Amino acid sequence: MSKVLVFAEFQNGNLKRSSQELLQFAAKSGNQVVALALGSQAAQGSAQAGHHGANEVFLAKDVAFDSYNPELFTAAVSEAIQKAGATLVLASTSSTGKDLFPRVAAKIGAGVVSDGTEIILLGEDVKVKKPLYSGKCFATAQFENAAVKIVLMRANQMPVAPADTSKSAAVTEQNFAKPNLKTLIKEIVKGASEKLDLTEANIVISGGRGLKEAGGFKILNELAEVLGATVGASRAVVDAGWVGHSMQVGQTGKTVAPSLYIAVGISGAIQHLAGMSGSKVIVAINSDANAPIFQKATYGIVGDAFEILPKLTEEFKKVLHH
Amino acid sequence: MKIFVCIKQVPDTETKIKILPDQSGIDPTGIKWVMNPYDEYAVEEAIKFKEKNAGAQVWAITSGPKARAVEALRTALAMGADEAIVINAPENIDAYLTAKGLAAAIKAEGGAHLIFTGKLAIDNNQSSVPQMVAEFLEMPHTSVVSKIEATPENVTVERDVEGGSKEIVQMMTPALITANKGLNMPRYASLPGIMKAKKKVIKEIEFSSLGIAANEQKIKYTGYTLPAEKPAVKLLTGDVASQVTQLITALRDEAKVL
Repeated sequence: MSKVLVFAEFQNGNLKRSSQELLQFAAKSGNQVVALALGSQAAQGSAQAGHHGANEVFLAKDVAFDSYNPELFTAAVSEAIQKAGATLVLASTSSTGKDLFPRVAAKIGAGVVSDGTEIILLGEDVKVKKPLYSGKCFATAQFENAAVKIVLMRANQMPVAPADTSKSAAVTEQNFAKPNLKTLIKEIVKGASEKLDLTEANIVISGGRGLKEAGGFKILNELAEVLGATVGASRAVVDAGWVGHSMQVGQTGKTVAPSLYIAVGISGAIQHLAGMSGSKVIVAINSDANAPIFQKATYGIVGDAFEILPKLTEEFKKVLHH
Repeated sequence: MKIFVCIKQVPDTETKIKILPDQSGIDPTGIKWVMNPYDEYAVEEAIKFKEKNAGAQVWAITSGPKARAVEALRTALAMGADEAIVINAPENIDAYLTAKGLAAAIKAEGGAHLIFTGKLAIDNNQSSVPQMVAEFLEMPHTSVVSKIEATPENVTVERDVEGGSKEIVQMMTPALITANKGLNMPRYASLPGIMKAKKKVIKEIEFSSLGIAANEQKIKYTGYTLPAEKPAVKLLTGDVASQVTQLITALRDEAKVL
């Protein structure tokens, strides 16, 4: 049996769904699971790590961990991996995960694979399936010469069972050594949206040139509100300045894989399709029946988005609030 | 004062990826190679820094098969980089070896005041090499940056994180920064720039001369496949009211995603 360290992430004091996925997967693999929980939010949420399958929680409540600092976190995570004796480390491909773990890998000589969509464990052997070229193809990553294997998984790839409150983990408080920092986090400016990020959202609604102007996104926002979806956009409208680039889906934007992706007025350039074709169900709404987006779509409606979307919003309201 | 820009040559975003028959990689036939789009922002930022800071020199560096990889360096030179280095490395070395090579070469040139790179290469989607280079060179880094203000001693940047939030980060130099879209508008190469870049002697370093053991490779990719073909789209017809009802029923009862 080997030890698996799961880097737990929290939002508003609660364990993120992406971390729940990883803990449950690790627990099912039959390995000893250590959750690493950093920051004052983690103190509140670390019991949840036990409910989702951790045997042990390494907790560092220090407020220094409340904002992400690459140097500070690299030192703490490296120490935690060593202390736990973990040979496999799981984290999500979040802003923090993506930034942190390559640096940790370089520090401790580990291997790291990011953006995984499937992990295959065979004894000590770890294989990771991941999309390349933003999903234009897939490959299997294998580890070589790596005593510690780090896998960053995409969100929403594995099922999550409800929390089992009968399970609990042994929480041990940690005082990780702090390096001399050359990085200072001066301020965190919260985004206007409380919505889940595109990369974590379960439902994404994206708009393109077919919305005619920036104001056209209003009909998308209204539908997103009803569905609890996050709004994305095509490169064309980001480049035109209608919306910010943090909303761009595609090979030079974000790669998304929600359960439901609704593309409105997006023709489907190859680089956009690369960024969203991993979605489970795709709905395309476009006035041009020949738009390439229909080749990737599960369901398609050829028609005017300005007629269809308001009607769809109205009907969803009725159906979902019964 | 040397400013390094680490760049990578990748297939153009319009490329339709084909897989080799033995599934060991992608078929390079007919691929148009370009500078990784995010690296264009890095090059632009380095040149802007040079324009504001007398004595600064921009060095573009890449790691890859030199026959084609030098073309990405020529693009950087044409945009305004002063010098260029190619590490002639095999096609399939991993992020760890690539980063070790880049760090060793930068160190051999006397180190960097600032290093700029793109936040992600659009081929392997790893976002790993920059952070690893920073660790190997023991300098701080900030990734996914959309705004930079630099003084000689430190650099203050805005990092884009989830949900449209931003972190304002200050780092002591030397430091490494990875560029996000929105950082700047990369300039087009001028004709004189292109002419000059053509004649420029690019410094060549053999990867094997850097003293990095090949058995330090950590990751190997195998079993390349194309995504499964999607079944044909179900087009919903009728009037708008009927299309909407059909869609909601399909999503709820057939696809079960609501």
